[in-house]
Amino acid sequence: MARKGGMRGDARRNAMFVAPMALLAVLLVALPLIYVLGTSLVQTGEDFSLGATFTLDNYKRLLRADYLQVFLNSLQLALLTTLVSLLIGYPFGYCMARAGRRWKALLMMLVIIPFWTSALVRIYGWKILLQANGPINAVLRGLGLIDKNIKFLGSYGSVLLAMVYCMISMMILPCHSAVDKMDFTLVEAARDLGSRPWRAFLDVTLPLTMPGILAGCVLVFVPSVGIFYLSDIMGGGLVLVGNLIRDQLLKVRDWNTGSAMSMVLILITAGVYLVYRKSGGDDLGVF
Amino acid sequence: MAKRRKKRDLGRIASPVYLTLVLIVLYLPILMVVIYSFNSGRSISAWQGFTTNWYTRLFNNALMGDALRNSLVLAFLSAGFAGVIGTLGAIGLAHGHLRGGGFIESLATLPMMIPELVLGMAYLAVFTAVGFKLGMGALVLTHTTFCVPYVFINVKSRLIGMDPAIEEAARDLGASPMRVLRDITIPLILPAVVSGMMLAVAMSLDDVVISFFVTSAETTTLPLKIYTGLRSGGTPEINALSTLMLAAIFVIVGLSQLLRARSDRKLYASR
Repeated sequence: MARKGGMRGDARRNAMFVAPMALLAVLLVALPLIYVLGTSLVQTGEDFSLGATFTLDNYKRLLRADYLQVFLNSLQLALLTTLVSLLIGYPFGYCMARAGRRWKALLMMLVIIPFWTSALVRIYGWKILLQANGPINAVLRGLGLIDKNIKFLGSYGSVLLAMVYCMISMMILPCHSAVDKMDFTLVEAARDLGSRPWRAFLDVTLPLTMPGILAGCVLVFVPSVGIFYLSDIMGGGLVLVGNLIRDQLLKVRDWNTGSAMSMVLILITAGVYLVYRKSGGDDLGVF
Repeated sequence: MAKRRKKRDLGRIASPVYLTLVLIVLYLPILMVVIYSFNSGRSISAWQGFTTNWYTRLFNNALMGDALRNSLVLAFLSAGFAGVIGTLGAIGLAHGHLRGGGFIESLATLPMMIPELVLGMAYLAVFTAVGFKLGMGALVLTHTTFCVPYVFINVKSRLIGMDPAIEEAARDLGASPMRVLRDITIPLILPAVVSGMMLAVAMSLDDVVISFFVTSAETTTLPLKIYTGLRSGGTPEINALSTLMLAAIFVIVGLSQLLRARSDRKLYASR
């Protein structure tokens, strides 16, 4: 009986402890998002309030060819970013997991530190490297590979580079932990049974580390769709969903259309995440 | 057989080479920012000799001082609030008995999944609608919101990994729930709280997008200064500023990783 009373006391205590976080989540996460949803559903120029007229016009307006093109641009860039990150990040995670124990901790730290440092500052570093009279051009000239400086900045490649560079830790970490957890005696068994290394990798390692690969892909893809300032800083004038939304808000001052665009962006990212979870993907926490 | 061994040798060389190569690419740009902060040229282009001039100018610039102070106050206040709110939330939700707990958890950690831009505009819209003054207050509120998940997830996973027998033993020996919390639970989760808060400081010191939307003209932060500086092409002063920020974040993250590694080792040793 006393025990039961204690449990009830526990429940009350827990509720009290959770209260501040619940309040914050409702007031500063749920409420703002509901407000954006509301704004996207009322007539242009109106605020979301009781007297407002509901309409789907803001969403219909998004079906313009140039807007669709912008969404396609963003999706394409996000897909390419994910693909390149996977091609570079998976082997890195693999080698990291196969390295010795002492190296592993150091490598982990070296991967995590850039992950937490300002994307802005790191991209600035690329700007310095890639500029017309910068170090990379100087090296290429010195090696006699080029006669004239190459204009890297502003090209699609430079934007993709910046994106991959900012996102790759999110691919490396889950891939690494998947390979790390894998039982390598299975690969040895396949090899002993006469499987070629490449074959053993495709038939054993790849399927077993698939959860890590999928987690990494979601973690890279989802933020990639929404990022806008990287392409801005690299130059070149590639218009992405983020740029479009920002311009709707700050230049055109059409909050209703901007909100509708934001909702579509949320739907895309939430959709990817839901499909991933429904197909049995792992929970994605921070690392 | 010999062929197989030869191939394995190749693999043994290829792996460190690949790791080193990627790491070089990962750190080279960061190094560039640091090196060019000592460049005596007026623009960021070509190297023209060594100087520490830009740092002196930076320290004598009152506006920069303001931005620095704002950023630090903001980061420590938000991390502090997030530390308390996230830790309490994690203790309350760790064992999943609370009704609606899963929903609150998803909602509170949602800011990590939503594009920052959307969150930023949502804040601006709501704050304008309810007449909340933009500036430091709004910055602290919003930064606290996106910092909470880092503390919460860190502490919660720590609580779940903890042996429940320790708390039960204390309780069976007659300790009150508050006493258990104070003498057992909190000391055990403290490293996770601290490392979560350090990550929160790093995230806050890093944020451009949300700050951009909820700040006022009088309140500027370091990342915002860097962003505006970069969009207009970048100056060595911005390099110097970036270098100082990099140093701060390296120290914070390094410490938090060390702390985590050490406490993990202790946790496993106690099992």
